[in-house]
Amino acid sequence: MIKQHYQSIIIQTICSLLIPFIQLFALYVIFHGHYGPGGGFQGGVLLAVSVILQRLYLGTKISYRKFSPKLALALGASGLLIYGLAGIIPMAYGASFLDYGSLPLFWVHEAERRALGILIVEIGIGLGVFGTLVLIFDNLVGERW
Amino acid sequence: MKWLNILIMLLFAALMLYATVGLPDHADPQAPASTHVSPTYIEDTIKDTHTPNIVTSVLADYRGYDTLGETVVIFTAGLACVLILMKRK
Repeated sequence: MIKQHYQSIIIQTICSLLIPFIQLFALYVIFHGHYGPGGGFQGGVLLAVSVILQRLYLGTKISYRKFSPKLALALGASGLLIYGLAGIIPMAYGASFLDYGSLPLFWVHEAERRALGILIVEIGIGLGVFGTLVLIFDNLVGERW
Repeated sequence: MKWLNILIMLLFAALMLYATVGLPDHADPQAPASTHVSPTYIEDTIKDTHTPNIVTSVLADYRGYDTLGETVVIFTAGLACVLILMKRK
């Protein structure tokens, strides 16, 4: 049980300074997947780590108010939903499942549409992994939410 | 019994070592694995998807179905953890 937060000023300062940079790096990893190593899985894990670090140094009572486990569940499910919709919407336009070239983004070229489709899918993966990992941590801690 | 086990293990090890002789060389461009679909991916990635990272385009576009399955597996595993560990009244 993580009942009360650490009294140490060093831990609080370092963690609160570190968390925004971890989140920024996670977004960089997700959006840089087109040009280098990275992608949804890795970025999602980094996002989850930032929330888990907050849980560790603030304690669950305050941290659940800032980022509730129900929100994590909703984000994980919506990530999966984004991926599924990116697969199903092209079928409504006569293409096959997961054919991002037929996504209804008519203002860009077809190859650009595929690149945007990959980006949408990576965001979905990232949200799914993020929500799932935070959920697993919250349930291992064992507090009621 | 113990010696029989060791003998069987040695026989299998010899079989595996014999099979490695027939494998293609490391990073051989003429290997069967590199001549099937890999050239198409390498040549058409920029034209098809405007994505310089071939790994990403294979993962999320050419093999998107596979990645959808992976994401479903991860989320299902998380849900199973929740159902097992959740505190009930």
